[in-house]
Amino acid sequence: MSFAENPSEFPVTIDAEKCIADKGCTVCVDVCPLDVLRINPETGKAHMRYDECWYCLPCALDCPTKAVTVAIPYLLR
Amino acid sequence: MANLDDDASFFEADILVIGGGTAGPLAAFKAKAANPALRVVLLEKANVKRSGAIAVGMDGLNNAVVPGFATPEQYVREITIANDGIVYQQAILAYARRSFDMIRELDDWGVKFQKDENGDYDVKKVHHLGTYVLPMPEGGTIKKALYRQLRKAQVLISNRFMATRLLTSWDGRAAGAIAVNSRTAELLVIRAKAVILAAGAAGRLGLPASGYLWGTYENPTNSGDGYAMALHAGAELTNLECFQINPLIKDYNGPACAYVGGPFGAYTANSDGARFIECDYWSGQMMLEFYKELEGGKGPVFLKLDHLAPETVTEVENILHRVERPSRGLFHQGRGADYRKDMVEMHISEIGFCSGHSASGVWVDEHAQTTVPGLYAAGDMASVPHNYMLGAFVNGAIAGEHAAQFVEEVPLADYDQGQVEAERARVTAPLRNETGLPPNQVEYKIRRFVNDYLQPPKVTRKYEIARKRFAEIRADLPRLAARDPHELMRALEVHSILDCAEMAAAASLYRTESRWGLYHYRLDYPETDDRDWFCHVQLTSDGKGGFVLRKRPVDPYVVPVKTTERDAYHRLRIPTPA
Ligand SMILES: Cc1cc2nc3c(=O)[nH]c(=O)nc-3n(C[C@H](O)[C@H](O)[C@H](O)COP(=O)(O)OP(=O)(O)OC[C@H]3O[C@@H](n4cnc5c(N)ncnc54)[C@H](O)[C@@H]3O)c2cc1C
Ligand code: SF4
Ligand code: SF4
Repeated sequence: MSFAENPSEFPVTIDAEKCIADKGCTVCVDVCPLDVLRINPETGKAHMRYDECWYCLPCALDCPTKAVTVAIPYLLR
Repeated sequence: MANLDDDASFFEADILVIGGGTAGPLAAFKAKAANPALRVVLLEKANVKRSGAIAVGMDGLNNAVVPGFATPEQYVREITIANDGIVYQQAILAYARRSFDMIRELDDWGVKFQKDENGDYDVKKVHHLGTYVLPMPEGGTIKKALYRQLRKAQVLISNRFMATRLLTSWDGRAAGAIAVNSRTAELLVIRAKAVILAAGAAGRLGLPASGYLWGTYENPTNSGDGYAMALHAGAELTNLECFQINPLIKDYNGPACAYVGGPFGAYTANSDGARFIECDYWSGQMMLEFYKELEGGKGPVFLKLDHLAPETVTEVENILHRVERPSRGLFHQGRGADYRKDMVEMHISEIGFCSGHSASGVWVDEHAQTTVPGLYAAGDMASVPHNYMLGAFVNGAIAGEHAAQFVEEVPLADYDQGQVEAERARVTAPLRNETGLPPNQVEYKIRRFVNDYLQPPKVTRKYEIARKRFAEIRADLPRLAARDPHELMRALEVHSILDCAEMAAAASLYRTESRWGLYHYRLDYPETDDRDWFCHVQLTSDGKGGFVLRKRPVDPYVVPVKTTERDAYHRLRIPTPA
């Protein structure tokens, strides 16, 4: 299926050094109400997959290693 | 990805609760508490641990009816007046009578409320007449407390399932629901004796001024699915023309929040820094004064805290930047704004449906029953006005307990398998489309038209154009395409959003008067017309994609309201000195 690409900045970034998804953690993916985070099978780290963020912070608050940084989405900033 | 032609998974329960935010957990918990033998399923689009409006906590409990501060009767009177008299008082009274016990129960569960030096609840005055706001500076743990109770009571929790349609029996009873998994696209059919809808507000109806689809006041998981499901199941919805419109931090689009700042001395001000309304409690009348101030050249409107002592501001910040919408601090920091010297610029939000702060929704009586037997509704999507968080808890509890009794007396209802097949076809269509329209674009277009044509003040001609545009988009829906189960969820949400937009337009056109301040301010009918319109407007589906609208008289009041009190909320504006 082909959709045009429409780039946008991801408001959520994950510090790959700190993220322990490769040890089985999926906390941020589990708690995000909008379900926009995933574990990247190639890197074994969490990342933002969909730019649909309510800047509500469960991902950052619940991450055991404080690897998640949430920025206010650019359009609102 | 799931095989689309698989048989759907099937599950049987006594009670199915849809939505695990605020009202839903209480409904499920109270049903189990009433009868531990019942199979109670709590279905949630997100994850019950962190879902709904209260995902990261709340900074105040509204509307708390606490002995010594207010009586249930005083509360019913205030909410009646705040809603221009169009209320079903029995339901408000049922809530008010249970409000205090609920607070104490939450307190026992470890939810922290502000108390004074004697250990009594420290309730604050924010409303126009009475005192009903209980601060929760440490309200960040509320979800954890609820989750513990759900686990203890052995409620069956299913996360990441979006309910899409209700099942009904030949004689119109609720028979269960169909849901789809947002990660696998697995279809689930749940048969139940009673269904409780607690799917929250319709928060993705208007488009935030930022243009960001997710920058809404409400948790954007609340896309109005509950309203759509109730509509298609034949339930009555009420007063949908009474929109929710909120005074919010501009761009951030979250509460500023005068409910927290007010008791510390903060207030809503115009660009001169002057107060123009006597009371910051959200109502249609308050929003109309806000709108007039903007139109009258005295805007922007601000939340003013810069006159407060620095220690006081720090105290307010410690609440506003830690619980409820903790990214508020980040937002201000990004712009170098400091409450100590800068007023907070506010604006008027996009429209939504929500009884949490307004009065529309699926019609319910004092037992949280809808007009469909076996179907209940609670929280922001049910019609009890000014519900807020405590209303969601109490009415959720009322729904759960009543449903627990109801299911003792009835067998499972039968439904026609054709309903499942039709829904399977609708739900899976976007995944089958090889090419087509991406959900985000269709959603953007609907919501932009909602802003262009439905945002008050309401103009008849604009509403008529909106209905045409919505009909054109409806014809586009079969072309929605999804590349994965996540996009499928978004595509199905678009259906709900369009249903809500059409309901908002139809209900608004039907009521040919103005009422509830800005919420239903019609320029073609600027006056309130009590003779013809002192009534609810009930909306149902005509079964063919259209609506049937009718008037429902306001039931005789159980708490009388003096004629001299009736328009108290119309006197919010501070008179300008001569
Ligand atoms: C930013 C903000 C601040 C607020 N501040 C206060 C305050 O300080 N004090 C106060 O008393 N009240 C406050 N409120 C109001 C209060 O939080 C709400 O009225 C109340 O929480 C609503 O409860 P609910 O159960 O109806 O909705 P929610 O708690 O939002 O729950 C709805 C749930 O349904 C789920 N859902 C939606 N669609 C589906 C579907 N199709 N299938 C399955 N699940 C679905 C959602 O994921 C969500 O978890 C605030 C609200 C907001 C948004
Ligand atoms: S919660 Fe933190 S550690 Fe766990 S997967 Fe997410 S980013 Fe990684
Ligand atoms: S801030 Fe909220 S919506 Fe955004 S990624 Fe984190 S949990 Fe999800």
